Amino acid sequence: MKILVAVKRVIDPNVKVRVKTDGTGVETANVKMAMNPFDEIAVEEAIRIREAGSAEEIVAVSIGAPQVQETIRTALAMGADRGIHVASDEDIQPLAAAKLLKAVIEKEQPGLVILGKQAIDDDSGQTGQMLAGLLGWSQATFASKIVLGDGEAEITREVDGGLETIAVKLPVVVTTDLRLNEPRYASLPNIMKAKKKPIDQMAPADLGVDVTPRLKLLKVVEPPKRQAGIKVDSAAELVDKLKNEAKVI
Amino acid sequence: MSILVIAEHDNSELKPATLNTVTAAKALGGEIHLLVAGEGCGAVAEAAAKIDGVAKILVADAPEYAHRLAENVAALLVGLADGYGHILAPHTTSGKNILPRAAALLDVQQVSDITGVISEDTFERPIYAGNGIATVQATDAKKLITVRGTAFDAAADSGGSATVEQVAATGDSGMSRFVRAETSQSERPELTSAKIIISGGRGMQSGENFAMLERIADKLGAAVGASRAAVDAGFVPNDYQVGQTGKIVAPDLYIAVGLSGAIQHLAGMKDSKVIVAINKDEEAPIFQVADYGIVGDLFEVVPQLEAELDKQG
Repeated sequence: MKILVAVKRVIDPNVKVRVKTDGTGVETANVKMAMNPFDEIAVEEAIRIREAGSAEEIVAVSIGAPQVQETIRTALAMGADRGIHVASDEDIQPLAAAKLLKAVIEKEQPGLVILGKQAIDDDSGQTGQMLAGLLGWSQATFASKIVLGDGEAEITREVDGGLETIAVKLPVVVTTDLRLNEPRYASLPNIMKAKKKPIDQMAPADLGVDVTPRLKLLKVVEPPKRQAGIKVDSAAELVDKLKNEAKVI
Repeated sequence: MSILVIAEHDNSELKPATLNTVTAAKALGGEIHLLVAGEGCGAVAEAAAKIDGVAKILVADAPEYAHRLAENVAALLVGLADGYGHILAPHTTSGKNILPRAAALLDVQQVSDITGVISEDTFERPIYAGNGIATVQATDAKKLITVRGTAFDAAADSGGSATVEQVAATGDSGMSRFVRAETSQSERPELTSAKIIISGGRGMQSGENFAMLERIADKLGAAVGASRAAVDAGFVPNDYQVGQTGKIVAPDLYIAVGLSGAIQHLAGMKDSKVIVAINKDEEAPIFQVADYGIVGDLFEVVPQLEAELDKQG
């Protein structure tokens, strides 16, 4: 089986994001970038499935500006076999991303597709479900455990009430949650090896997809700031404040 | 055009997130219909009919909706979509699972997790873990939207008298089936609708120590939450997690215990009315958002807090 993973380049999760003063977005110039953490989990899971002997090849796909090739290289250094870069300078929104991935998947014919459950930049959390819908495949979102069977997979999902396990027909689109695995770090030799792994390039037009944004970003502002409060010295004082000042208990 | 709201429920009970989503729908203006898709969900439909401001309840009662599998409910939505300009779902794991699939099938770019309605096509939503608030305009003819519950008040769950209409089921996709659920059983309120929450972080050191927080929760009628670190460490189950990628909460009182306050955690609770932080590290970022802070060892402070609650009643 072939596994396809989709990876997105985002602002590093440890960077404090700043809204641009002109309100057009957030500051990305000279900001450290990284692979979306949920996509790292997707890559890791694909590698573990291959290591367990259930898959032969892992293809890492990313969409965007030339720099997303760095993110593909990260996936290759972790252990993916080859990359596909869908090159576009457009703001790729989830529906467009899903359409592009669908076109790539129709060429590649993987048996399993794994994506992060959300990207930590715009927090939309849509692409995997949209992709499954467009492909007419089953979907398993927020996965914390994947057990592959014969033509089927049993997938445990993190849901609001706890955990839910579903059985899905293959091929399936899976989106990852935090507890699926702990992604490995790429070793130096693997980083060197990754430089030699192939990355194919294509454009949305080659795939016949119109990626024109459907959502217009009108402005981005900073959220209201919370004022830091006061330190109290004892539990007694705290309970008194909560009762008589804040009146919340 | 009318607005369709997808009800959140477990076949027996209507979940509060539905009420907040109805309030968001009211802000759009237009007749509001509520879809109850489930199996044996008559009681939910009855409760839904009483929600203030809802004109009609659509009930799709069939085995294929028993667990609200995305493949089946999305197909149902696509069939119903014609009559509606807006389709709204709560931004819960169920809403997040189903709605994007339906949106793609309808060729609509969904707007996720809105916190404000500016007009019928323009919405506010947090991005980058709430470090930015984006205003976006949806240009598709139909709008599919998930709604952040904490950003909208709950609609009254009484006083309404909606008509109830059965809609035809669309069948089972055969692509996926429910196997089992492991749900956390608790008498305490749900995190997302609790008025008071007490959360623990890595500083709790073990799952057993969460009993300290549970005792306080029971005195206050509070829910218990946790940071990602505490969930990853296995102290508590995943459904306790508050944060950017867990649950978003905004109670009247949020008590953060032994929890440093990573950006991703703050994203899930910084809209709480009053925040209390108990942490031995004076520099912990949680103090920057806390209204009241105690710098100290939680294993001393929490028992004192419990005793004070008893004493001051």
